[in-house]
Amino acid sequence: MSERILNVQDMTMDFGGLRAVNHVNITMDRGEIIALIGPNGAGKTTFFNCVTGVYTPTGGDVFINPPGEDERSIKGQKPSRIATQGLARTFQNIRLFGNMTVLENVMIGRHSRLKAGIAGALLRNRKTREEEEQVIHDSYEILKRIGLEQYVNDLARNLPYGAQRRLEIARALATEPFMLLLDEPAAGMNPQETKNLESLIKRIRDTENVSIFLIEHDMSLVMSLSERIYVMDYGKLIATGSPEEVKNNPDVIKAYLGEEVSA
Amino acid sequence: MSFQEIKRTLGVALWFVFLTFPIMVIRVNQVDMTIQWRWYNMFYVGIGTFVGGLIWRFALARRKTPGKPAPAATTKTDTNETPADSAGGGSIKDRFARLWGTVTQQKYRRPIYAAGLVLLLAFPILSSLYQTSIMITALIYVMLALGLNIVIGLGGMLHLGYIAFFAVGAYTYGILYKFFGIGFWVALPLGAILATLAGVLLALPVIRLRGDYLAIVTLGFAEIVRIVFNNLTPITGGPQGIGGIPRPSLFGIDMNLSAATTYTYYIIVAAVALTIFVVWRFENSRLGRALVAMGEDDIAAEAMGIDITRTKVIAFALGSFWAGLGGVIFASRTTFINPASFTVWQSVIVLSCVVLGGMGSIPGVIVGALGLILIPEYLRAFSDYRMLMFGAILVTMMVFRPGGLIQKKRKAYTFQADAGEASS
Repeated sequence: MSERILNVQDMTMDFGGLRAVNHVNITMDRGEIIALIGPNGAGKTTFFNCVTGVYTPTGGDVFINPPGEDERSIKGQKPSRIATQGLARTFQNIRLFGNMTVLENVMIGRHSRLKAGIAGALLRNRKTREEEEQVIHDSYEILKRIGLEQYVNDLARNLPYGAQRRLEIARALATEPFMLLLDEPAAGMNPQETKNLESLIKRIRDTENVSIFLIEHDMSLVMSLSERIYVMDYGKLIATGSPEEVKNNPDVIKAYLGEEVSA
Repeated sequence: MSFQEIKRTLGVALWFVFLTFPIMVIRVNQVDMTIQWRWYNMFYVGIGTFVGGLIWRFALARRKTPGKPAPAATTKTDTNETPADSAGGGSIKDRFARLWGTVTQQKYRRPIYAAGLVLLLAFPILSSLYQTSIMITALIYVMLALGLNIVIGLGGMLHLGYIAFFAVGAYTYGILYKFFGIGFWVALPLGAILATLAGVLLALPVIRLRGDYLAIVTLGFAEIVRIVFNNLTPITGGPQGIGGIPRPSLFGIDMNLSAATTYTYYIIVAAVALTIFVVWRFENSRLGRALVAMGEDDIAAEAMGIDITRTKVIAFALGSFWAGLGGVIFASRTTFINPASFTVWQSVIVLSCVVLGGMGSIPGVIVGALGLILIPEYLRAFSDYRMLMFGAILVTMMVFRPGGLIQKKRKAYTFQADAGEASS
């Protein structure tokens, strides 16, 4: 029984005269891994930014359906509020808190699940202390699951590249999302790292009960991971379907390879 | 050091001699209307610049080729002791680092803090009235720097108008006394609260700004506050300020100047202690972490569910609170306030305390503030060159130790080795 968790209806994003996202409809079911692909500048990241609240789309609407809750629109909400409702993301160009330790990065992810306010911080009463201990413990557990526990107290910026990418995923997972949006997670990785990432993403979907929405350029990763693929070009959806269907779609081939000029 | 570099340094020295010729060599004696030619100054400037330049180049060269074992130690190995390779390590920097490591060990920490506290408490007894008075000024700046550190060091927001909140605190006491005869102890919390409100007021419009834009707006805010105080003559007394503000009272006991100064000293020591306590607790809390994360990368922080608006307002409010508190104490100490005490220059000094000491690091900021306020006091003989030295110190620091005197170290956590691997 599949259940719709994301429903993007007719989304449009204009920057002045430039239409970066053009009437896009995308849906997603619980437990799916789907991918959004397309040539550079197709509007994929803009689409992500619209969904996660960095931009407010100029047209259309975004509905989410968190587990055990009612379907609702999140259009126009602040990114922090959208994150709190269970949409976590990573960034195309890694955006870690470089001068904080690896553990602290994950602890920041826990932020919205904690309560301690300013009074708790100053008085440090029992409730706050227990919450702190809990968050340190939880964050460490997350690091262990992602396989980053040997870096716990290192500064995030000193980590190897692949580990930084994984730390971003760990940080996103710490927010307890029902849906994870990964913006080019394999960018800049070598084949071995990509392979590890592939199994990591699969594992996250299976064990953490998280649906995954992927933007990626690495076609082998996209093809082997995703169950459905959306293809975007010049802000428009040009194709959708299973990896096989998309691979053989003439429009997709045209978008990626160009068209032969017929005289 | 190559011949080339010496030649270049010589060139710089000659150029400096030429540049400073009009101010260092020529002097017009306005009484006899004659010109004095102080040729010897030319010589001093040349030699001074040349030697200084050589030292500068030497230090730069050293920095570019650090001692071989040194760089790794800064990040990874300092979690453990470094017993093995220390036998051969001979550079002064290494030795100093090792000494520093020993001093900051857990078991020495308490005695050192205790000694510092005793010294601080005994200071008015050990030294003269003048010294105590200077120390009060320095401690007020410590408090200001700690407060600004919340905004700049943790939140990463360049705030150039911090002194405005200090002014709000001081004027709260001044005006309340002038019109209502309200005393120090009532004005103290009121000043702090009003400054906090002013902080929130400033924070709301600048939420969307960052970097240079934020700096300009805060700078403008400080100027607005100063100019308002300067022109609201019926209430603030304009440029003449408010005088005769009473010193802190103690159950109505009459105190002479010396006793009152000592008393003020203990009040400011207590206030600084409170500041340190609050800032320390705050930075190791959920909100403090959120603030640091926001300073690092606000887009990522927002995507992790941190409400940027709330966090910024909290940072500004908490930062301004200490400025207000310090302002009331400042007004009671000087017994006279006017807008000239709250210029942009004062903001810059507080900012320098934070940056030189080490952004985000509590001991660093304290050292920075004490150093920047006390050293000029004791070097009054060179007061003509204060700005020159100030600039030189800032440039040197930015080149050789951009993180400040005592750099912020992130807290390390320990875990029980349940999987066999202990992380220290």
